[in-house]
Formats: sequence, C-alpha cells, structure tokens
Amino acid sequence: MNLKLNIWRQKDSNDKGGFKTYQVSDVSPDMSFLEMIDVLNEDLVKKGEEPVHFDHDCREGICGTCSMVINGRPHGPKQGITTCQLHMRSFSDGDEITIEPWRARAFPVIKDLIVDRSAFDRIIQAGGFVSVNTGGAPDANSIPIAKEVANEAMDAAQCIGCGACVAACKNASAMLFTSAKISQLALLPQGKLERQRRVEKMIWQMEAEGFGACTNTGACEAECPKEISLVHIARAHREYIAAKACSKNV
Amino acid sequence: MALNSKIPEGPLAEKWTKHKFNIKLVNPANKRKYDIIVVGTGLAGASAAASLAELGYNIKSFCYQDSPRRAHSIAAQGGINAAKNYPNDGDSVFRLFYDTIKGGDYRSREANVYRLAEVSNNIIDQCVAQGVPFAREYGGLLDNRSFGGAQVSRTFYARGQTGQQLLLGAYSALSRQIAAGKVKMYPRTEMLDLVLVDGKARGIVTRDLVTGKIESHSAHAVVLATGGYGNVFYLSTNAMGSNATAAWRAHKKGAYFANPCFTQIHPTCIPVSGDHQSKLTLMSESLRNDGRIWVPKKAMPGLTAKEAVNIPEEERDYYLERKYPAFGNLVPRDVASRNAKMVCDEGRGVGPTGQAVFLDFSEAIQRLGKEVIEQKYGNLFDMYKQIQGDDPYEVPMMIYPAVHYTMGGLWVDYNLMTTIDGLYAIGECNFSDHGANRLGASALMQGLADGYFILPYTIGDYLANMPYDKVPTDHEAFKEAEQGVQDLINKLLSVNGDKTVDEFHKELGKIMWDYVGMSRNEEGLKKAIGMIRELRESFWQNVKVLGANEEMNMTLEKAGRVADFLELAELMAKDALNRRESCGGHFREESQTEENEAKRIDEEYSYVAAWKYQGPDQEEALEKEPLVFENVKLTQRSYK
Amino acid sequence: MNWFISALTSGVGRKVIMALTGLFLILFLIVHLLGNLQLLKDDGGQAFNVYSHFMAHNGLIQLISKLNFFFILLHAFVSYTLYVRNKKARPVGYKVNGAAANSSWSSRSMTLLGTLIFIFLLVHLQGFWYAFKFGSGIPTVTIDGVEMHDAYKWVAEAYANPLISGFYVFSMIVLAFHLWHGFSSAFQSLGLNHVKYTGFIKALGYAYAIIVPGLFAIIPIVLYLKR
Repeated sequence: MNLKLNIWRQKDSNDKGGFKTYQVSDVSPDMSFLEMIDVLNEDLVKKGEEPVHFDHDCREGICGTCSMVINGRPHGPKQGITTCQLHMRSFSDGDEITIEPWRARAFPVIKDLIVDRSAFDRIIQAGGFVSVNTGGAPDANSIPIAKEVANEAMDAAQCIGCGACVAACKNASAMLFTSAKISQLALLPQGKLERQRRVEKMIWQMEAEGFGACTNTGACEAECPKEISLVHIARAHREYIAAKACSKNV
Repeated sequence: MALNSKIPEGPLAEKWTKHKFNIKLVNPANKRKYDIIVVGTGLAGASAAASLAELGYNIKSFCYQDSPRRAHSIAAQGGINAAKNYPNDGDSVFRLFYDTIKGGDYRSREANVYRLAEVSNNIIDQCVAQGVPFAREYGGLLDNRSFGGAQVSRTFYARGQTGQQLLLGAYSALSRQIAAGKVKMYPRTEMLDLVLVDGKARGIVTRDLVTGKIESHSAHAVVLATGGYGNVFYLSTNAMGSNATAAWRAHKKGAYFANPCFTQIHPTCIPVSGDHQSKLTLMSESLRNDGRIWVPKKAMPGLTAKEAVNIPEEERDYYLERKYPAFGNLVPRDVASRNAKMVCDEGRGVGPTGQAVFLDFSEAIQRLGKEVIEQKYGNLFDMYKQIQGDDPYEVPMMIYPAVHYTMGGLWVDYNLMTTIDGLYAIGECNFSDHGANRLGASALMQGLADGYFILPYTIGDYLANMPYDKVPTDHEAFKEAEQGVQDLINKLLSVNGDKTVDEFHKELGKIMWDYVGMSRNEEGLKKAIGMIRELRESFWQNVKVLGANEEMNMTLEKAGRVADFLELAELMAKDALNRRESCGGHFREESQTEENEAKRIDEEYSYVAAWKYQGPDQEEALEKEPLVFENVKLTQRSYK
Repeated sequence: MNWFISALTSGVGRKVIMALTGLFLILFLIVHLLGNLQLLKDDGGQAFNVYSHFMAHNGLIQLISKLNFFFILLHAFVSYTLYVRNKKARPVGYKVNGAAANSSWSSRSMTLLGTLIFIFLLVHLQGFWYAFKFGSGIPTVTIDGVEMHDAYKWVAEAYANPLISGFYVFSMIVLAFHLWHGFSSAFQSLGLNHVKYTGFIKALGYAYAIIVPGLFAIIPIVLYLKR
C-alpha cells in the first residue's frame, strides 16, 4: 500500500520545527509501524536527506522507548500496544498519517520525534524504591503476600515508563505513571514501611517537573500500552491524603 | 601470557566462602576515595552500580538508552532460576550447578558455576525485599515452575515479564543511589574506548548521543556490563541498540575474547515475514510445555496456519516427539532449534517463506480447556496475534529459531576481571558461566549474581592495592584515546559511499546466519571468513553516513557499531572453525554421532578458547584455558 | 501549618478541594431542587413562598448559604489555578487530536462547562438572590399573618420571558454535562475507586446528572407554559 506521512521534524531542542510530508510506497501489511519508518529512512539516506530520528529499542513492546503520537493517539489507534507492536495491517492504502512527538513541558523535544523523558527517572529517584541494601534480605518466603495482592501489585508494576499517559492527557499529567509505582509499593508489605515518605516525595517531584494535574478523564488508562488502571491513581490519592494527614513530615 | 583463572583451592562447595575470606577488603572509610565506572544498566550493570554505591564507592554509570530502565534485560520473559527447593522436589545448589554445567555441555568452569548456584538463593531474597512482585500461591508463598525441560521446578517468575520486574528492581536500587549522590548517571551516552594507564584500566571515552560531545571519564576500575553480541546476526531477539562496541574496543585494548562462537539460537520465535524485518520477537519457551511442534510429513510449500487445521493427524510429523520420546517437545533449545532447521532444509517448512514450523495448542486446549491455556499463555497468544494476525486459539502458531543469547564474551577470571587489570566484565558480556549453551531462566540469574553478590566482593580485592590518586582526564592516555575515537568517527563520516549502514548489517547478518548459524562446517566457515573480510573492506569504501558528529546522529551511532560487528563476526567464524567439535549451541557438521546428534570431543576441546587481539588485520592469537572437571562426570548429552 | 498549606496547594491537594467542594455543591443542589419543586404546586405559590421565607430567615440556613457561596467561589478559584497550571504543562499542542477516542467530551470540557455555570450563577443570583436581598419592588404577600416576599410571582414573571427560561434550560443542560463527569470524578479524586462500588457510583452519577438538572429545567418550562 501507499501512504502519505506528515512527520514532525525538528533539528534539535532549539529549532522551531515543523511538519514535513513524505510519500511511502509498497508498504507491506506485515510490517510494523517502525519498520515502515525504517523503509522511509533508508530511502531518505539514499537520497542524502537526514533520516527521521525516533526512539525505539526492544521492538517487542516492553522497553518503553518508542513514543509516537499517530493521528492524535499515543502509540496509534490500537489499544494495549506500543508503537513497535502496531502493524501496518491496521491502516489502509492511501491513508494519510500524522506523526508527532509526545507533547509536554516536562518532555522537551530533543530531535524530530525524540523527547527527553528523564523527568520520569527523577520521579522514581524521589522515592520509587524500597530502601534495602544488597545483602541481608530475609528469606524470600518469610514475607507471605496474598496472591490477589501480589497480582494487583504486578498490574501496577507492569508500567513500561513510555509516557503515553502524559502524551494522552489533556493536562500532560504524569499521575498514572507516578501512581503505578506508588500503588505497587503501597500494596506490598516490603513497601509499606516507607509509604508516607514515598508518596509525598514522588508527588512533589512529579509536580516540580511541570506535569499537569489529573482531571480523571481516563485518557491515560485508555492509551496505556499496559492498560494500567485508574484504580492506582485513586490509591495514590488515598496514600497522599493519609500521608499528609498522618506523617511526621511537618 | 598464560591465562590464570584464579580459581581458589579447596573443595568445590567451600571455594567461594574461603575466597571471600581471603580477598582483601577496602576499609569502609576509604571506599569513597575510589571511583568505579560501570558501563551498561541491565541486570548486571544496574545491580552492580547500586551495590557498589551502597558500599560507598563513587560510581559513574553509563547507558546508551534514554533511561537505565530500558536495558534489554527488560525483555526476558520466562523467569529466574534459584536452588531454593521451595517445591520440595529435590533441588539443591549442587543440582542447579550440575544442571548448568551439563546444560552448558561441559564447557564452563566448575567453580564459577557452583558459585552461581550458591548465590542464586540470595538473589531471590534480594529481589523480593525490593518489592519485585513474583507470582505467588494462594497461601502467600512464592510460586515456582519448571522451565526449559528442567526436572525440578526452580523457576521464579512474574507473569511473562520476569526480566522487566527484576530490572525495575535493580533500577529502583540504582535510582536510590543516584538520589543519594553516590551514582552519577549518564544516559544516552555510549562508551567508545577504554583507556589504559600503565597497563591498568583507568577510564573510558564516551560520546554524548545528544550533542555528539566526546568526553573522557577517569576511574580506578572499569566494569563492562554491556550485554551480548547477538546483533552480529542482524536479525535477533536483541534490542535494536544492543551492540558489542564497548566489549570489542576493550578487546582491542587487550582483553581476551572467549568462546565467541558460542551463540544460542532460541527455538520459539515469530518467523521472519519479509525483507523489511528489523528484529525477531521471542515467545517464551514455556509455550513448549503445552504446544506440540510439527510439520507435514510430505513437503507442502506455502502451507498456511489456517490450512494446517485441516491436515489429518496421520499426515503430521511431530518430529521432536518422534525422535526424542523421553523429552519430546521439551528438548533443550539447541536441539529444538537444530531440528527445526533440519525439517525446513528438507523442504517441509511451512508458511510463505518455508522457514517455519507449527506449534500447535489444539490438543492442549482440548485437554485443559481454553480458559487454562488463556491463563497460562494469554499474553503470549495476544502478542502473537498482534504480530502475525493469526489467532493461536484457532490455528497453530508458526515459529522459527532466532539468535537469542551469546554465551561467549570477554574472558574473565574467578574475580570477573578480564585480562586487563582493573577491567571487569559481568553478565552476558563475559563468557563465564553458561559454557556452550545456556539453560532457560539462567541469564537473569547470572546477571544479578555477578552484579549483586560477586563483583562487589571481588572488586575490593583489586582496589585494596590501588593508590587513591586519580588520573586526570587531560592525561595523554585519555587524549590519545579521544583522538582515536574522533579519527574513527571522521573516517566514518568521510567515506560518503552509496550503501546504507543497514544494508551492510543485513548482508553481514545473512553471512553469519547461513554459515555461522545453527549448523557449521569447515567449508562454510572458511567461506564466511572470506566474505566477511570482503564486506568489511567494502564497508570502509562504500558506507554512507550522513550528518555530523556534533549532533544527534543515529546513522553514525549505528555505523560505529556495525564496523565493530564486522570485525567481531570474523572472530566468531574463526573460533567456530577452530572448534572442530559439536558442543551446546555450536554444531559442527563434521562432529556428529551416527544418529546425527551433536558429538563433543572432550580430549581435544575441553578448553576455553580465549582470543588475543594482535593489531589491525592481524590474525588473532588463541590461548587455551583448560577446563578441569573434578566434581562431575562428563557424559554425552542424550535426550532420547 | 506549613504542611497543611502545602498539602492543599499541591496538585493532588487541589483536586481534593475540588472534589470536596463539588460534593458539597451536589448535596446543595438536591436541597435547592426540593425547595424549587414547590413552584410546580398548584397553590398559587403559597408553599414556595413559605419555604422561601423560612430559608431567608433561619440562622442555620443562612450560615450554610454563606458556606455555599464560599465553596462555589473556592471551587471556581481552585479550578482556575489548576487550569492555568495544566495549560502550562503542554505549551505546544498536537496538530491532530485524537482525544475523542480515549475520553468523554464532558471530562475534557469541565473548565468550559464550569465557566458557563459560573456565568449562569451570576445571572441567577443577580436576578433572584440579590434582588430579594437588596433589591426593591419585590411584591409581597401575607400568609398566616406574616408578610413576606411573593417569590413565586417574581419567579413566574421572570420565566414568562422566553429568553430567561430558555437561558435557564440551556444552563441546566450545561450543568448536566458538568455533573456527568464531575460526580464520579469527585469520588476518584478522593481515592474512592473500588471494583465493588465504582460501577454504582458511576451509575448514580449519570442518573444524578440527568435527573437533577432535568427537574430543575422542567420548572422554567412549566412556568413558561403556564404564563
């Protein structure tokens, strides 16, 4: 099939950037979306034009690197997958596809479709961990955890940190990402000891990074490739309210 | 130089304990006077950086990804082994050791493997303490499953995303140390050279992948945790960015490369669909627990999965069940892979390319019900449907082997130090524990064992003898290395030929897959070496790399990596040529039993082949480290 | 007190304020509606006038009404600060917007809907509350020996104007959309989301969003038709 692509091109973070239109032909429906861009890039290089820069790595939907807003939808039109798992059979011949980077103040564009997501790392650094040093951990089975609880923690822990939640949210809120980690560790006995400190610090960091506030539209949940639920945002709110009311942090 | 593996004296089970007592310690107050560079943030790198920082060392950690959380360990699905014996089914440290040595086809060191089995239990404890949500039973205790044909259930797992959860655990520990100021993190930064001062590893030269800035970093020791080199094959289950550059450039500075020909081909991957294919997707080996592998008895070119449903039972060849009645579909990875290749070479392969076999769940769905199958493999089935467009609940899956893991790597001694003083290699980057073939769910175990529980001890032994003085980065050794890196980049940018980097990479991959893949012979290997040399020459004359160094330039990054693959590939072929025996993942057609099974030749090849770089366009020199087995009896593997 | 202020001024804290004030206003709407429904009684406005007189002269009611004003202003003010912050969080927007596929229109339009409601409130309060409290020329009526405003007549006269009753009906539609998202959203912001009762809260919210503004809207329609 043949497609018309409108792709955001931006030389570097100082460049203003703009859309450029490309035609790609002979696209196979078995290609992944990124492979389609590969084909375009090979073409561009042959013509001596700079290839489209985009983030990608594992290409199997788990590393969370790929990040494209495709026709206004983070990771494209299908639910529960990342861009690299999107296949061209989801499109038809003659389609016009607009590809944009994640848009958020906290995710500045580095080049073309690549954004800087280090804000997410800093949110985790603020408290997304259990403070145990290597060695000295008790036997793994000395901390029994109900299967249901472990499962729910796993639901949250699946987050791949891609940032689609931020990209989808009309307020560019990072609440789904942040709450997934807060929720995972609040559920597990290992994480409970630091839960108050953790939620206060992580939420503070999230807001300091310039993400917007959550308006409960549910766009994040709908676009999340790992289908992480708003239940975790609610839990993070509970944790936050409890921490603010009860912690010794004055 | 004779290779000194520094294996401690004494009975196997006491070696590590004794060694830990004998190695020198760095006083807690002095640890902060030492800087350590850790390159790579996968399971090994992140766990090492975090653990070393916890001890008090100053760490600089590097990764090419935009965040340390994205290293490719994240993609491991199945699980992690440990000798906990929670299921009470007869597992023990010795059994895990034995299975790993045997699985590796007796091409690994007893002492290293025993230590791996020994610390495996600590890993599980550590990960649980970090909040890794492993699967559990209703009673709240950890669940185990049998994996990859193991006779005991020793695999811990977190759905089909065990690697992800373990990596996020290590990443959280690393993040904590970054916040504490003990680790300085450099994401989107690639190591391009190792710097030696007075024969010791004292730093690295890096390129900032956003600005292109070439920079030097000085330290008292350098740790490489940069993963494997499976991407030499172009198509593999590795991440697009996985590369051998750091390890290869360290090799060129004097680190020996061990057993480069030992690559693991994983049997259950989604087949190639066309020329556009950029990578292969692995599906967990656990699928073989319930799926039955078959091809039609008579060649039926182009047979689709939808048509396959109508092929009657008597016209199907369940070739693994037929040839290996005891193990059936659960034979080890190399056997399953090789047999898939054999039936496809016979022309009985299926699908549009003829390079696929069926993995059929219809019998299991009938026996257990769709719900049970959905619970066990639901996410894998969904993933398959997403990529292939076929529904595995209705029609059989199509699978084909793909390059997955490289057992070979930088040679290290018992302390995980390479042949360069102060340069360590951990995780998949080294060669140490898996011999000629790695067992399922053991890669995660080894990465974390090295990072959490081995390197933090052994590195102290080296540092305790080091003066505190730092080498300034304007030292001539750094300047020289920076210049070398700059020259190489300029050279890549100046060729301005007419072939893209990917075209070269694809060509290289094809040579490797055809001649240095699942089945190798002398003629093919010799041919491959010639072809690789030609291709390398052509690369330096015809490659087209656009843009400049002083910007984000993904073509340039890739070009540097492919340049290194083009050199490493030759060494792989050379090593495969040298090893005229079949062992583990390395199958030499010249060395087969009457039943066409792999035949090891212990009298001649019971050694580690460590290769020494001798300069550009010079033949690499082979050094042998003999393997001594005192605790296991060498047997030919048989899965009949 | 530092912790208290920082808690309430954080993004999450502000959402909690939005939720609590929102829920208060939701309760208020019920009381207000029950009173107003007396306008539909066929008694020449007697019941409504007695009710209005009671509401205007009971100390407790007056206190609650002050609180009510305060919460409305707080709800509006906090939402405005959030709006400014949220706008800043995405300085460059998308060329193609696919939001319709992932979220409801009402959930994305709360600020717009809220602003329209605020304008409605200004008109509404000016026309009724302010007029009763400070205006002159309100007709009076004597019931059981007590002289009081003939609120019914005043309202009925106002609604006889199709522009005014039309504006009221339109505003109730706006309110319905606001509540469609706002009702269940308030519970989510307070951290109340559970597999067992969230479905019920959502259903209750949708029912509330239709029934309460619907009944409010019937009043001007009926009075207009009766004119």
